[in-house]
Amino acid sequence: MNGLNHMLEIKNLYARIAEIEVINDLNLTIKEGEIAAIMGPNGSGKSTLSYILAGRENYEVKSGNILYNGQSILEMDVAERAILGIFLAFQYPVEIPGVAMMEFLKTAMNAQRKARGELELKIPEFLKHVKAVAAKLEMDISMLKRPLNVGFSGGEKKRAEILQMTLLEPKLCVLDETDSGLDVDALKIVADGVNALRAADRSFLVITHYQRLLDYIVPDTVHVLYKGRIVKSGDKSLALYLEQNGYTDIIGEVT
Amino acid sequence: MPATQETIRQVRKIDVDQYKYGFETKIETEKAPKGLNKEIIRFISRQKQEPEWMLEWRLQAYHRWLQMQEPRWARLSYDEIDFQDYYYYAAPKNQTWLKSLDEVDSEILATYQKLGIPLKEQEILAGVRKQNEASELDDSLYASGGVAVDAVFDSVSIVTTFKKELARLGIIFCSISEAIREHSELVKKYLGSVVPRADNFYAALNSAVFTDGSFIYVPKDIRCPMELSTYFRINERNTGQFERTLIIVDEGSYVSYLEGCTAPQRDENQIHAAVVELVALKNSEIKYSTVQNWYPGDKEGRGGVYNFVTKRGDCRGDHSKISWTQVETGSAITWKYPSCLLRGDSSRGEFYSIAVSNGHQQIDSGTKMIHLGKNTSSRVVSKGISAGFSDNTYRGQVMAHRRAANARNFTQCDSLLIGNNCGAHTIPYIEAKNATAQFEHEATTSKISEDHLFYVMQRGLLKEEAIALIVNGFVKEVIQVLPMEFSVEAQKLIGISLEGSVG
Repeated sequence: MNGLNHMLEIKNLYARIAEIEVINDLNLTIKEGEIAAIMGPNGSGKSTLSYILAGRENYEVKSGNILYNGQSILEMDVAERAILGIFLAFQYPVEIPGVAMMEFLKTAMNAQRKARGELELKIPEFLKHVKAVAAKLEMDISMLKRPLNVGFSGGEKKRAEILQMTLLEPKLCVLDETDSGLDVDALKIVADGVNALRAADRSFLVITHYQRLLDYIVPDTVHVLYKGRIVKSGDKSLALYLEQNGYTDIIGEVT
Repeated sequence: MPATQETIRQVRKIDVDQYKYGFETKIETEKAPKGLNKEIIRFISRQKQEPEWMLEWRLQAYHRWLQMQEPRWARLSYDEIDFQDYYYYAAPKNQTWLKSLDEVDSEILATYQKLGIPLKEQEILAGVRKQNEASELDDSLYASGGVAVDAVFDSVSIVTTFKKELARLGIIFCSISEAIREHSELVKKYLGSVVPRADNFYAALNSAVFTDGSFIYVPKDIRCPMELSTYFRINERNTGQFERTLIIVDEGSYVSYLEGCTAPQRDENQIHAAVVELVALKNSEIKYSTVQNWYPGDKEGRGGVYNFVTKRGDCRGDHSKISWTQVETGSAITWKYPSCLLRGDSSRGEFYSIAVSNGHQQIDSGTKMIHLGKNTSSRVVSKGISAGFSDNTYRGQVMAHRRAANARNFTQCDSLLIGNNCGAHTIPYIEAKNATAQFEHEATTSKISEDHLFYVMQRGLLKEEAIALIVNGFVKEVIQVLPMEFSVEAQKLIGISLEGSVG
């Protein structure tokens, strides 16, 4: 059940990158425990929205506000937002040569714990925990020793993202086209990983191009993003409608 | 990854572009008059009470140097050096011919303490342990991670620790000045046998005016039980430091040697022109590691050490092995190509390098692997990191002589760029005169992109933590081959050198 509290409120947001307007008067509210899906044609600003939420450099917010648990995050940098519990599962995770995935996980977890004033992880518990989560995502343990994302297949990269998301226990999970490049089997595993994280105090913003993912991660709300603004909102049935009819008539209504 | 955290802590402690070792030691100094001529060379030789042959050797080198031209083929740009404007000998007053640490000036002891080299405690520790142990040599004492240090301050070696303990194994570890007096035959036999006096402009200059450095001889079938190290410090203004190090490892023996260097912050350029010669006889192995952190100059590029170094190892015996590992973060200018002559059959040369340049630093560094014997093999792993306005060039030569059947080389040369104003260059020279030689060369250039930083920071790391993580991953292959004592130190240093490299 969704809570009453608003976890994320985006209010009249205008943003641009390199002088180009990318977000135009965007309004979106996500409640605690809600799974919201964002759909839209290519170039409508879906990934851009995820970057702006995460605080990526060079994305300039011109006006409006982003409230996270009632607090504006516009002045916070990427790391500060991450530490507050905003996690972005990347569409194209970058490769980091020489840094084993296990090492990366430990560094990230400890960085966040330290920032929250918690003690560093004890190694044996950490290892046990990581291995258990990896097993659930059907990831080979040997992968944990490989440099992060280097030579990983598309599916392995997405699983590695979900592994990180699970371990970092964020409050707001933004999934940017996590389904792209996945076959059905991999998609199920990834979706199971996401569903396992569903909780009353955790919200999801699932960005996707296709309804397919939403068969596995069932959203509470579906929003259509076009030209940097939400042009239609509804429930799960909206996604099914888009699947059958495409975006044309909805976009048509707007323009 | 504790080293990353450590790097960050270190970076935070230090203000941007403040060189940690930039302090000056106030001490009375005995100097030769400025400039270079035969009289100065005689003065140096006299100060060191050298035998006549040594003076002759120096003068001949000087004679050759006068006829040589300063090399200008490197990708380095700097104003012409006025070699008459430097002091070629500077020694702390009353600090030569010391019998024990108790006679060392307290200012100098404090200097090394500040640099993290507590000479005195080391000795005391050894002394205490000795009393408790039987008088027999206890290998475990050394296995516990002891490091013997030769401390070179400007032109003289101040003190060498653990000498007596090492002598019991027949290992000679002392300053080159002492070796010239006390082990004259060994020095005479090997000095200049790897790097001839007139090898190049700077080697000739060094041969004429070298002042101090370390000498190591490991006799047959001895595995040196502790790391031997030299710590070089240039203190005096306008002074050149001309280090000369000679390491001979006899048949079936092994030594691991560490070298560290720092200098105070100065507006003018100090010169360091070193020559290091390594001789590995049959079945022996030398592991030579350097962490070079000379003052790199300020952020406008003023000051800093000019580092012109000739380092060469001779795998003279069959099945011998020489391995160079270097972490270069300092100096305004670095001109340095630690090389291996693979003379013995089945001998092996290795070169592992991390070269970090920031600010206005210029590095032209690399290696030479000269395959002369049969079945010789070599491996080169070079990691260059450029930031700021710096220029970082890898220059490497791999050569197989026509008799070097089955010579093998693998070279991997990676460059990492941080920011938009720096440069990375890779210049390989590969030459095989024997058809059975197999040489491989791989090179990559990459940049720490905003994508990488965004990704890592999204996981909760601060910007400098993210850079340290990425850089440590990049250099990992080389860090792994450093001796334990050096690897954490090296990672910290790389972090510090790159601070402020991303806005």
